[in-house]
Amino acid sequence: MAEIVIKNLRKEFGAFTAVQGSSFTIADGEFFMLLGPSGCGKTTTLRMIAGLELPTSGEIFINGEEVSQKPASQRDIAFVFQMFALYPHMNVRKNISYPLISQGMPKAQVKAKVQEVAAILGIEGLLDRPVGNLSGGDRQRVALGRAIVRNPACFLMDEPLGALDAEFREHMAEELRALHDRMHATTVYVTHDQLEAMQMGDKIVVMNHGVVEQFGKPQDIYDWPATTFVANFIGSPPMNFLRFDGMVGNGATSAELSGQPIEILRLINGASGALILGVRPENIRLDDAAGTKGRILATEYLGTTQIVTLDTAHGPVKARVDAKMNVRIGDTTGLRLDARSITIFNPEGRALLSVANQRVLSHG
Amino acid sequence: MAEVRLQHVSKAFGNQAALHDVTMTIPDGSFVVLLGPTGAGKTTLLRMVSGLDKPDTGEVWIGGQSMRDLTPAQRNVAMVFQQYSLYPHLTVRENMEFPLKSPLLRTPKAEIARKVAEVAEILQISHKLDNKATALSGGEMQRVSIGRALVRNPAVYLMDEPLSSLDAKLRADLRVELKRIQANSGATLLYVTHDQVEAMTMATQVGVLSEGRLVQFGTPREIYEQPVSIDAASRLGQPRINIVPADLFGTAPIGAIQMGLRPEQIKQGEGQDSLVKRVEHLGDQTRLHLSFRSHDLITVTSAHTPLRAGDIVKIEPDRPFYFNAAGTRIT
Repeated sequence: MAEIVIKNLRKEFGAFTAVQGSSFTIADGEFFMLLGPSGCGKTTTLRMIAGLELPTSGEIFINGEEVSQKPASQRDIAFVFQMFALYPHMNVRKNISYPLISQGMPKAQVKAKVQEVAAILGIEGLLDRPVGNLSGGDRQRVALGRAIVRNPACFLMDEPLGALDAEFREHMAEELRALHDRMHATTVYVTHDQLEAMQMGDKIVVMNHGVVEQFGKPQDIYDWPATTFVANFIGSPPMNFLRFDGMVGNGATSAELSGQPIEILRLINGASGALILGVRPENIRLDDAAGTKGRILATEYLGTTQIVTLDTAHGPVKARVDAKMNVRIGDTTGLRLDARSITIFNPEGRALLSVANQRVLSHG
Repeated sequence: MAEVRLQHVSKAFGNQAALHDVTMTIPDGSFVVLLGPTGAGKTTLLRMVSGLDKPDTGEVWIGGQSMRDLTPAQRNVAMVFQQYSLYPHLTVRENMEFPLKSPLLRTPKAEIARKVAEVAEILQISHKLDNKATALSGGEMQRVSIGRALVRNPAVYLMDEPLSSLDAKLRADLRVELKRIQANSGATLLYVTHDQVEAMTMATQVGVLSEGRLVQFGTPREIYEQPVSIDAASRLGQPRINIVPADLFGTAPIGAIQMGLRPEQIKQGEGQDSLVKRVEHLGDQTRLHLSFRSHDLITVTSAHTPLRAGDIVKIEPDRPFYFNAAGTRIT
C-alpha cells in the first residue's frame, strides 16, 4: 500500500511547460483522479509518478521514499493503459501469470495467486480460454487481472475506459470502483470526463494548462470551485456565470446586479470590477415573485429533472427543475438563487473567500 | 421538408436479420431519434431511408413518394456520418459550399456565402473557414461535415451519431443548436445515437429498437414514464432503471415476474431496511448504491445527504412497473 506525495513537480519539453509546479498528496488506499481537458498535463503527471518521464524539477515520494529519478521498474507500481493490451497468442491464465513468471515466482505459488485474482474478478471459468474470443468486458477483466496479480503498492490508470461506449463504460466504472473497495490499493486515475471523476474518485485534482486549479473531495470541488475554470469544467450543465460590473465589500451579505440585490453568505474578502456571480443550475428556483427576471428560451427533458434555459439581463442562465413542473417557452419568470450556494469570482476568475467556502478553499 | 414512412421493412445480412418488419411514420417537421444498443438495427434503418441499402421486403416513402427505385442522390436527403468525410484538398469554406454548388441547384453566389457564414457561426467554426480541411482537429472536421449537411435544404436530414466524437462541452452546445435549427426550419430529422441525453433532450419522438424490431415509438416523456417493456424502460434514465424480482418487497400482481424501479419510484424513509453500500456524490445529486435482500439497487438522493456507506435506510416501491415473463409491461 502506498501514500504518494507530489512536491513542486515540474516538467518542461523544450520551451513548452507541461506541468508547472504541482503539489498534492494521495493518501494510502485512495482512489485519486487527475482530471482536466486534453493538454492540461494530467497524463504527464501520471507518467512522472510511474517513472516513464523524469521531472525537470520537484519531488515524488512513494511511502516516504523520494523516487523521482528512479526508473519505473524500481517503483512497485502497476500501469494500466487502455485495457485491451493482452498477449493474443496466450490463454487467460498465461496472460495473468506472465508478470509473476517473469519475476521468477515458483509455479505452485503462481497457480494459487492466479486463482485468487480470477476469483476477485469473477473470471475463474475463463482461465483456459484463448483471449481472442472473449467479450470486451472479459478482456478488460483479464488486463486488470494482470495488473492486480503483482500486488503492487499502487495502480496508475490512464483513461482505461476511454475507448468504451457510454453504457459499457458506466458498468466497468462501477466494477473498477467495487474492485478498489475490496482491495484498497492506492489508485491514480487519469480522465477528462468530469462525471467519471465525480463518480469514482475519493479525491480529485483539477488541472488546466499545467497548473493545479483545485484539489479536494468531489462534492467540495463541485459546491465550492476555486476558479471559474473549475466551475465551468465540473457539472453538466456547468455553473451559471452572471456577469456584472460593480463591487462587493469585505463582509458583504449581498451583491447588486443591475440594481437588484441578491443575497449571499458573508464574504470575507471583497473585490471590484468585472465580477461574476456563479450559481449551479439546481440552486435556481423559478418563482414569478423573484426580482431577477428571465424569459424561457428552451427546456430539455431529462426524466427526473429538466433543464430550463432562460435569457436574462446577465446572459443565458440554465436552471434544473423538477420534470413535472409545467414550463412554457416564451414566458417570463423570476429566478430565485439559493444564497447558500453562490460563489463570487474576482476579475481574475478566482473565487472570493466567504463563510461558505472558506472550509474548502483555505486549506490550499 | 417531408414525412418519411417505413412500411413492413425487413433486411437481413446473410442469415443475420438486421431489421424485422419495421413500420413507422416520421412526421413532417419532427426530430426522431432512434435509440438502441449496438446491433439493434438503428444504422441499418437509416441506410434504408438514405438509399445506401435496399430493404429485402417492405417499402420506404419520402414525402408520399415511393423510394423503391431511387438512388441516394435522387432522394434529396442530407447525411452526416459518425466518421467525417471531407475533401482534404479543399478549405473549410469550399467543403461547406460544395453541396450548394451542384449545377442542379444553381444557388446564387451571395446566397451561398450567406448560408455558409450562418452555418459556420452556429457550429463555432467561422474563424477556420479558410483553413485546409486537413488542418483541423477531429472535432472541427466533424463540425464541418455537419455544416455541409446544414447548408442544404433537403427533404430529410439523416444523422448517424454525429456528435459522438466531440468533447462533452461542445456536444452540449451543439445539442441545443441542432434542436433549435430543426425547430426553426421545420426540417424533418432522423437521428441515430447511443446517447440517451441526446435522445431525451432533442427528440420530438424516440423510436426504441431492439434486435431489429421497433418496440416503442413516442415522446421521450412517454417512453420514460410509460415504457412498454424492460427493453424500452432500460433505454432511458440515469442511473438505469432497477430490474428486480416482482415479489422482492412483498406480493406482486398476477403474472408479474419482474419489477422495474426508477430512482423516483423508490421512496426513502419508509418501508423495509436496506444497506447503503456506496454513496456517490455527483454534485447536483447523490447516488445511493443499496443492497436489499441480496439485490443491488441504485437510487438518487439529495446532493448533501448525511448517509454514508454502512448506514441503513428504509425503502419502499412507489408505483413501480411490473413486467411479465417475456419482459412486457403489464401494469
